[in-house]
Amino acid sequence: MSETLELLGSAAFWAAVLRIATPLILGTLGVLLCERAGVLNLGIEGIMVAGAFIGWLVVYQGGGLWSGVLAAAAAGAAFGALHALLTVGLALSQHVAGLGITLLATSLASYAYRVSFPKVASPPTIQPFQPMDWLPLPVLNTQTALTLLALLLVPAIGWLLYRTPLGLALRTVGENPAAAEAQGLSVAALRSGAVVAGSALMGVAGAFLTLSAFNAFFFTMVNGRGWVCVALVVFASWRPGKALAGALLFGFFDALQLRLQQAGGGVFGIELPYQLYLAVPYLMAIVALVLVARRAAYPQALMKPYRKGER
Amino acid sequence: MRLERREGVSRRALVLAPLAAVGFTLAVSSLLVAWAGAPVGAAYLALLEGGFGSRFAITETLTRATPLILTGLAAAVAFRARLYNIGAEGQLYAGALAAVAVGGLHGGSGFDAPAWLLFPAMMAAAMAAGALLLLGPALLKSRLGVDEVVTTLLLNFVVLLAVSAALDGPMKDPTALGWPQSVAIQDALQLDKLIERSRVHSGLVAALGLAAALALLLRFTTLGFEIRAVGANARAAAFAGMPVARTMVVVALVSGALAGLAGAIEVAGRAGYVTLDMSPGYGMSGIVIAMLAMLNPLGVVAAAVFVAGMLVGADGMSRVVGVPTYIADVIVAVALIAMLVATLFTQYRLRWR
Repeated sequence: MSETLELLGSAAFWAAVLRIATPLILGTLGVLLCERAGVLNLGIEGIMVAGAFIGWLVVYQGGGLWSGVLAAAAAGAAFGALHALLTVGLALSQHVAGLGITLLATSLASYAYRVSFPKVASPPTIQPFQPMDWLPLPVLNTQTALTLLALLLVPAIGWLLYRTPLGLALRTVGENPAAAEAQGLSVAALRSGAVVAGSALMGVAGAFLTLSAFNAFFFTMVNGRGWVCVALVVFASWRPGKALAGALLFGFFDALQLRLQQAGGGVFGIELPYQLYLAVPYLMAIVALVLVARRAAYPQALMKPYRKGER
Repeated sequence: MRLERREGVSRRALVLAPLAAVGFTLAVSSLLVAWAGAPVGAAYLALLEGGFGSRFAITETLTRATPLILTGLAAAVAFRARLYNIGAEGQLYAGALAAVAVGGLHGGSGFDAPAWLLFPAMMAAAMAAGALLLLGPALLKSRLGVDEVVTTLLLNFVVLLAVSAALDGPMKDPTALGWPQSVAIQDALQLDKLIERSRVHSGLVAALGLAAALALLLRFTTLGFEIRAVGANARAAAFAGMPVARTMVVVALVSGALAGLAGAIEVAGRAGYVTLDMSPGYGMSGIVIAMLAMLNPLGVVAAAVFVAGMLVGADGMSRVVGVPTYIADVIVAVALIAMLVATLFTQYRLRWR
């Protein structure tokens, strides 16, 4: 017990929590933007892979770290535009189109990586973002600027959604597109814009993995984090503040299981297979979904394609 | 720009749509092959030869198509009822593990039962494992409204970790010198080879039979009608007095069982044991195959052979012209999106004003 308390008091532990939570914050905000406008975006898993790859590639080719982040955002936006074309323009199934985007983005990134680096034994590395040790805040000064960006985006997106006319319009097309249309808003433009912007955030979420958390690109590095973000948005009731809380909670448990796994000795003296620890994040995401299921306030028009003049 | 529903779907459009999708896919992948610096014509020739151009290529493609037909059927039947089962990968592994649990050489010999008893038990266990794995998400969907896409996706990771733990522990093959692989199933439970000097096994016959059975079920039975009705419009189906929730559960059991069976057949027809890389994404590919087949069970067979040919052919293409094998995944992904769009245009036309 005292060991647990010691752990919770250590800055290193909380640094790990923030590091694990950062891509989840970015990704969850991305999903949130899309879904608030009424579009499910299961492309996130692949868009994160593509963002991780492009961001890393730009830096590896000699670009600056922020150029890498921008390139990842642009790649995300491009896949978002494709998703918007399929789901908003052509009103195709959002589930299937999103999975298609994930398959496409993942395979394109893997293909491009292999074409660019046909024979490398170990993945080439870059110099990643450095911790902001000049910052006079404990824990946060162990993180990189991308974490700060993610944290600042939370109030920014909250402000956008709840305090601006654009936010109101976005929420309206997600709840009642016919009413939005009647007010003279363009459902297609608003939804497409939200999907493109949200997907750009997903790209940055991926870039965090290669430019901050690690220093190289691996094929399996996203490893379901995108799907976790989709679950976190439901858990967060589509609210940016709760999304931050959910991502931090998730980071907390993930960091905890990592520590327990490293410490060995099992839980309550029982030796457990390490795979059980690794399964914790996924199980937690499922449990989170189930917990909020009864009161989940889905945007009313989520997954409902809107075709003008059709009921 | 807006979409306008067509009066009827013409037969010509139904033939032209897949062709247009394939044409578009080839155009996109040509660009990628050219970008990799390979001669496009030679690359495609190598792809086709590698997938379909020799006795060896054809048998390899059919071997690869066997699990793909089953996961394709699993996706097709579920998607028909709008149950988005994205968990076929996990269900496949659960089925494979269950097959080894029943038919494996535990303690050197395994269960002492005649093969005619043990074989059906092994297959039934695999189907039950897959079905049970999907039952949870299906019940969560129908009872609590939890989106099954996310739960089935996440369960894939959990199952893979569980398989990994099983291969480290209770199912570990002690003679495998540290390789994570399970004990093998009893020799008597292995599937027969269908074609001499090849890896094609009788699982292919089972897959084809199940495709036909599923086509008949969807077309001619009450359950099939209910599945189609629930998929077309669940509210209308409920209004007409159909047991929507029960249909969902039945569909989940069928879909999960098919994916679980894919795992057992893959084990019994090929290596005889479970490894962590026994499925190079058969579950996800099954979804693509189902979409390419427009959710038609017989179409699934054709689409599975196409995808299998691409995957096998890409190995050949990689050897001959040095294009990374990931091109196969790109081709399959582009084909999926192109097919989605093409299918849409069989039902809708674009109006610019």
